[in-house]
Amino acid sequence: MKIYVCIKRVPDTAARIRIASDGVSIDAAGVKYIISPYDEFAIEAALRLKEKQGEGEVVAVTVGSAAAAEQLRGALAMGADRAILLKGEPGWDGLETARALAAALRDAGADLILFGMKAVDSDQQQVGPMVGEMLDLPCITVAADVEVEDGIALCHREVEGGVEVLEAPLPAVVTMTKGAIEPRYASLKGIMAAKKKPLEEKDAQLGAGRIRLEKLSLPADRKEGRVVGEGPDAVAELVRLLREEAKVI
Amino acid sequence: MATVLAIAEQRDGSLRRVAHETVTAARTLAESVGGETHALLLGGAGVESLAPELGRFGADTVHVGTADVLADYQPDAWASAVASFVKEHGFDTVLFAATSTGRDLAPRVAARLDVPLASDAVELETEDRALRITRPVYAGKAMATVVVDAEPRLVSLRPNVFTPIERAGAATVSSFQPVTGESRVRLRERQQATGGQLDVGEATIVISGGRGMQGPERWQILEELRDAFGGRAALGASRAVVDAGWRPHAEQVGQTGKTVAPALYIAVGISGAIQHLAGMRTAGTIVAINKDPDAPIFKVADYGIVGDAFEVVPKLAEAIRAHVT
Repeated sequence: MKIYVCIKRVPDTAARIRIASDGVSIDAAGVKYIISPYDEFAIEAALRLKEKQGEGEVVAVTVGSAAAAEQLRGALAMGADRAILLKGEPGWDGLETARALAAALRDAGADLILFGMKAVDSDQQQVGPMVGEMLDLPCITVAADVEVEDGIALCHREVEGGVEVLEAPLPAVVTMTKGAIEPRYASLKGIMAAKKKPLEEKDAQLGAGRIRLEKLSLPADRKEGRVVGEGPDAVAELVRLLREEAKVI
Repeated sequence: MATVLAIAEQRDGSLRRVAHETVTAARTLAESVGGETHALLLGGAGVESLAPELGRFGADTVHVGTADVLADYQPDAWASAVASFVKEHGFDTVLFAATSTGRDLAPRVAARLDVPLASDAVELETEDRALRITRPVYAGKAMATVVVDAEPRLVSLRPNVFTPIERAGAATVSSFQPVTGESRVRLRERQQATGGQLDVGEATIVISGGRGMQGPERWQILEELRDAFGGRAALGASRAVVDAGWRPHAEQVGQTGKTVAPALYIAVGISGAIQHLAGMRTAGTIVAINKDPDAPIFKVADYGIVGDAFEVVPKLAEAIRAHVT
């Protein structure tokens, strides 16, 4: 089974975001970059499927600058067999990123294409299902797990008020969220091995995009709050404020 | 003439609150350019009974498409029905709700129509017919203002941000036969959660617990506080307690969980890590209950109580119950 995992290089979730002087990008100084956390669930799911089946190939793919090779090496260190860097700068239009991935994956012989359910920078939550549509493949989004039996992908999906069990015939696209499994840490041996694994680079077929970013700004500061009091005695005053001042109850 | 289409979300025979929000936002947008407001209502037999309600929230015309396969949400059928309808009629703007259904549906429709999608908007502004969309990025640590250079402009709206406005108005109802295509993703089973609780991303009141709750067996006081609000509230959780396995990931608020914008957010025993604050800072009113007076959560909270959650929360639940009932 051939599994492609599409990942993205993003700022660390613990990073403080500062806007650069151009007003349309973030100040990267001192910011650590990571594999988007949901993509790690996708990598882990792919590795487990391969291990369970006892055969197969896991290929990590990204659209990104040369620096994104670092995240591909991270995926290789976790256990992916090879990696493809589609060189280009993914913009704010996810449709273009999807187009570049679809072009690269169209004839790649994938049985399963996994994504994290969203990248934690642009937060659009759209590239996975777009690739599914472009390749005319069934797609399950926000899956907590993925199993394969008899050529069918089987996923659990949390929805409002319950859990759905969904299935789709392979080849299929699945976007992953956090489930019961934790992504593995790369071992030292894995990190050493990753250096020798193939990492292919080619140009991404990336259009200009039709979502134009006018500006990035920091969210308005919340006005200074106040401590109403200490302990249960403060509850009466809190309820009064919620009712009379905030008018939310 | 400019036309705005709202995709109306319904479930089990009722319109969801987000449908009111989406239609109202469509109306506001249409009025700002002197255009018309349309709503698309899809579902199984009988769904047309919901059309007048969409008229009251601002639709001039409600297009009703019924098919058995549309009775529940099914990605392929819904994407096909919406995309083919939009292609046939042509709209300037199509608005979705950024619910779990809308977030699944909108990108598929965008790809089928070959137009971009701006997800999770919190502000829409028109100027000379250009639509300026503001949406949180980096989980709300920054805001991006974007313009979509394509038609139709597809936008999904964050729940609880656009206030529904009811008015005296009646919509023209127009029925059509939806194109549902082939369904490849199949629902094998639906396991109901107990009592069909509200999702944290859509509730107007959220009560979140953090590590200060000390253990998963102690969540009862938060459940009682939630219940005191009489079905309007949902439980949330910090990343720490989800990572510890105390609570399901579906409840997680923050950068690797959900970004929420309820009218009232009550953080209990949550210190306020940057990635949690990013996920809830657009809430209307924030209340923090924490033992540590120096916890960063107090910096964003409108009202704070320094104290033991196990003493404060039951008292608060009691006061809310007395107030609500």
